[in-house]
Amino acid sequence: MPVPQNGNKMATSWTIGGVREALAAKKISARELAADFYTRIEARNPELNAYLALSPERARRQADRIDALVAGGKALPPLAGVPVAIKDVISTRGTKTTCGSKILENYVPPYDATAVERLEAAGAVILGKTNCDEFAMGSSNENSAYGPVKNPVATDRVPGGSSGGSAAAVAAGLAVAALGTDTGGSIRQPGSFCGIPAMMGSYGRVSRYGLIAFASSLDRIGPFANSVRDVAAILQVIAGRDPHDSTSTTAPVPNYPDEIGKPVKGLRLGIPKDYFAEGMNAGVRKKIEAGIEVYKKLGCELIEIRMPHTDYAIAAYYIIATAEASSNLARYDGVRYGLRVEDDSLLAMYRKTRGAGFGAEVKRRIVLGTYVLSAGYYDAYYLKGQKVRTLIAQDFRDAFTKVDAILTPTSPVPAFKLGERTNDPLQMYLADIYTVTGSLAGVPGISVPCGKINGKLPVGLQIFGPAFGEARVLQLAHAFEQAGGTTV
Amino acid sequence: MKISREDVLRVAELAYLDLSEKELETYRAQIDEILEYIEKLKELDTAKVEPMAQVLTDDQTADATLREDLVVPSAVAEDVLKHAPDPEPPYFRVPKVIERT
Repeated sequence: MPVPQNGNKMATSWTIGGVREALAAKKISARELAADFYTRIEARNPELNAYLALSPERARRQADRIDALVAGGKALPPLAGVPVAIKDVISTRGTKTTCGSKILENYVPPYDATAVERLEAAGAVILGKTNCDEFAMGSSNENSAYGPVKNPVATDRVPGGSSGGSAAAVAAGLAVAALGTDTGGSIRQPGSFCGIPAMMGSYGRVSRYGLIAFASSLDRIGPFANSVRDVAAILQVIAGRDPHDSTSTTAPVPNYPDEIGKPVKGLRLGIPKDYFAEGMNAGVRKKIEAGIEVYKKLGCELIEIRMPHTDYAIAAYYIIATAEASSNLARYDGVRYGLRVEDDSLLAMYRKTRGAGFGAEVKRRIVLGTYVLSAGYYDAYYLKGQKVRTLIAQDFRDAFTKVDAILTPTSPVPAFKLGERTNDPLQMYLADIYTVTGSLAGVPGISVPCGKINGKLPVGLQIFGPAFGEARVLQLAHAFEQAGGTTV
Repeated sequence: MKISREDVLRVAELAYLDLSEKELETYRAQIDEILEYIEKLKELDTAKVEPMAQVLTDDQTADATLREDLVVPSAVAEDVLKHAPDPEPPYFRVPKVIERT
């Protein structure tokens, strides 16, 4: 049911504000809106493969609650009626949560993740679960046991990963917003590939309760949407202390939607020379340079900075992330949930279950992670990786004594063709160079659309802020969007 | 060569992970390449650097480290067992672990 919005006759792209106005003006009901999104999903998902499971009953119940509020003339919660998608590594009570893995093919969580609970409490309508790389391990969404997602911008290309389904769903208008998770770039890079804003808050900003763990010291939940304002609105709802996650912090949560409109004139923006070295696609470089010019026009001060340990981030990241993964994934043993491959002996049952249930990338990371933690190699790899992590975090702390935020590309390349990189894991890892640094340091980062190469392939500009400086990051991204940065 | 076939077998055993012959060789070669790349960390002198296990400081999670120990209802046992591979409420059933002599 397309309705007029922002002067358009046929609304294909809803915003949170647009949904709210349409509901309040009774131009559409929450139930009709949800039904309209399911119609779109039915039409487009067979091609894109962005959704793995839908939760229409849950969506209808929630929509009816919202419609009852409208009918009763009651105040509407901040995300009233907003159709959202949830990455399939985030637990949803009663709806299958597979992590893109065969080992959890039939897993139905008995509880909701805190982020999901908070979205729903704020009025959002949960449409379903989105495809992703298996256990969020990948940068192209090609590691899903349920087939790759296609990039809605160019369907012969990957949507990025690991939150490829969430990015594709929002970019294709199959959800107004979505939750993804970011361990080494898994929100920001697919946001960049699909041409939408995508944000990772500081480590500890959003509760991880109910997020099925990949690398616990790095994993974060964050939003995708079609505008920075909507990203801010989602973050607002999911941020803040949760007693169920001891790593969620008590740091106060500012009012992000109020903060984003503040002027950016005079802010000092660091351009790390180390990120603009070899290996960046020429088209990406051109767009990022044009994006930086936008900030110059906005009156920001651009300062060249050094972050000397950047070149070591991939190596440190893939030690730490795989080590933590090997430990976290030990729980899939065929006993309590998921797949079991029977055998008379318990140990053989474990081995067969895990051998049959995990895909190639997950097995590769379990082997690598177990190796770097094993006796005789721990100091040389894992401990070394942790020490280098200290140096990378120090690079960020030093930088933030001189600048208010840091600008970089999100990815050295735009969306690549499906199948193009699957045979070379190291090459795939190396493309995470600009995102893993902020993951290791724990700082917040956003990818905001920054033009399209040849008018086709989106480029993402990444903005890092200091820990718990989400408001600053959002403010800069919003100003960029308003100043036409998305079409440079 | 950084990692041998025997290393991969040993690690797969530690991780309770069955690997086919083909997987074994493919992963060995790929992980070998990754470990070669990781060697670059040796360029950095980290003798005086503290390892970083997590990013948050104690004061940022102060209430979490010393919260009150309260009993709250959970009541998910039935749900959990319902989706287990081989449930026998209130237990999970597994293959026999203790051999009879």
